[in-house]
Amino acid sequence: MKDCILTVAENRPLTKEVYHMALRGDVRAFTAPGQFLNLKLEGQFLRRPISVCDLGEDSVTIIYKVVGRGTAQMAAMLPGEKLRALTGLGNGYDLTDAGEAPLLIGGGVGVPPMYLLAKRLLALGKPVQAVLGFNRASEVFYEEEFRALGCAVTVATADGSYGVRGFVTDALPETYSYYYCCGPEPMLRAVYRTAKGSGQLSFEKRMGCGFGACMGCSCKTITGYKRICREGPVLRKEEILWED
Amino acid sequence: MGRLSVDLCGVTLDNPVIPASGAFGYGYEFAELYDINCLGTFSFKGTTLLPRFGNPTPRIAETPAGMLNSVGLQNPGVEKVISEELPKLKKVFHKPVMANVSGFSAEEYAKTCELLDQEEQVGWLEVNVSCPNVHGGGMSFGTDPQAAASVVRAVKAVTKKPVILKLTPNVTDIAAVAVACEEAGADGLSLINTLLGMRLDLRTRKPILANVMGGLSGPAVFPVALRMVYQVSKAVSIPVVGMGGVSSASDVIEMMLAGATAVEIGAANLTDPFACKRIIDELPAEMDRLGIDRLSEIIGGGH
Repeated sequence: MKDCILTVAENRPLTKEVYHMALRGDVRAFTAPGQFLNLKLEGQFLRRPISVCDLGEDSVTIIYKVVGRGTAQMAAMLPGEKLRALTGLGNGYDLTDAGEAPLLIGGGVGVPPMYLLAKRLLALGKPVQAVLGFNRASEVFYEEEFRALGCAVTVATADGSYGVRGFVTDALPETYSYYYCCGPEPMLRAVYRTAKGSGQLSFEKRMGCGFGACMGCSCKTITGYKRICREGPVLRKEEILWED
Repeated sequence: MGRLSVDLCGVTLDNPVIPASGAFGYGYEFAELYDINCLGTFSFKGTTLLPRFGNPTPRIAETPAGMLNSVGLQNPGVEKVISEELPKLKKVFHKPVMANVSGFSAEEYAKTCELLDQEEQVGWLEVNVSCPNVHGGGMSFGTDPQAAASVVRAVKAVTKKPVILKLTPNVTDIAAVAVACEEAGADGLSLINTLLGMRLDLRTRKPILANVMGGLSGPAVFPVALRMVYQVSKAVSIPVVGMGGVSSASDVIEMMLAGATAVEIGAANLTDPFACKRIIDELPAEMDRLGIDRLSEIIGGGH
């Protein structure tokens, strides 16, 4: 964890509601794909936790959906503006379990953390399959970016307006060694139930601090209580305990 | 004694800044960012006799100039706090620490305090009779002067350490509860715990917090907290620790003028993990600006 000042280098819409923001600054605190940063926004009391989509030497890319006051404020930011951020938060994905042909499953704004994960897995020489789920054709983003990395990409849309009709679970390939998943909780539950074999799933919860101090985002697991912001957001399939 | 130091129930604090319970864990997360030995002390996560997971999530909601929480006293229970958390805490913090205790009966408060009384590093017991997020305990003691007094007597019987009662603002007459605690033998008082509040999610039309209601903290509550610190410190002669929305050196000074001997800081740590260090660093210049030689001289100066 590190407290940094990041400078907006780029901020542009990918779809009607989803934005791509590149930030420059000290990003050395990030150690794994699936981690997040927590942004301080002028006039908002709590910070906004956003997962990392891509990392460079001195840059980090985030993709966020405008859902409230904070993200609306972010969407209006211009290159050169500065943001205070806590960086290197959360555990991130463990790549050592990936096996020979890992599968990445992302839904909506759960797609972005899969991008850096795909890059890292490809760098290890592993062929990567990606299943990306969206509600409708107009909400699809990053399909080409995943293809450009060299991933085998399948897109699913819930209304069938693009790619496979249905949810990500309707588009899972027959064979893969291990899966990594990020998306809304109903999607995580569906993947947990239907995807073959083992994997790691990343959870989202309302957070207070984002670094383990307030116990705002705790959950129960097979291996004890965990803070989504600290011991998560990534949990192994085997330790997940659904609360209802 | 430096110009920032104050005496809290017979124990000297290098400065009056104390991260509040529930906003600072057991200190390790903050010790990653700065040397937490710059603090006066800190009040660690509320401890109960038995382990508690607390309330379902969501437990956090944002508000204008503040936040709601309904964590519900998540903690590993006093035995694990003593066997696992305090040894780790000792490695990063070398001053007396404040142990925050909650319970569901006077006997349970006493049992937990009796166990923490054995811990050398514990300098004060902060007895929380004000948690708004649990049923049948916590705040139900703090809303009734006689029930609060019964907790004070039960705890005082098992410890020689200073006992500070943490009071709830969710009452008609906080001074009456404060006076009852003083008469029962409390060594100090801390206030305010959070104000009961709620938010609705406009999309789902349901409460944001799974527990429906939660405790409001942050700058939004500062004037309420200041008013209550003023009222209570006029009504009692034991030290009062002021808290509620403090987020700057000038807030600390204002709280002390209202009657606080020391000041706890909660929500500010969550949005700016360096908040307490920054406030301590800013205090001398703010004192110079206001012509204050020593902080201990201004306690209750606004009465």
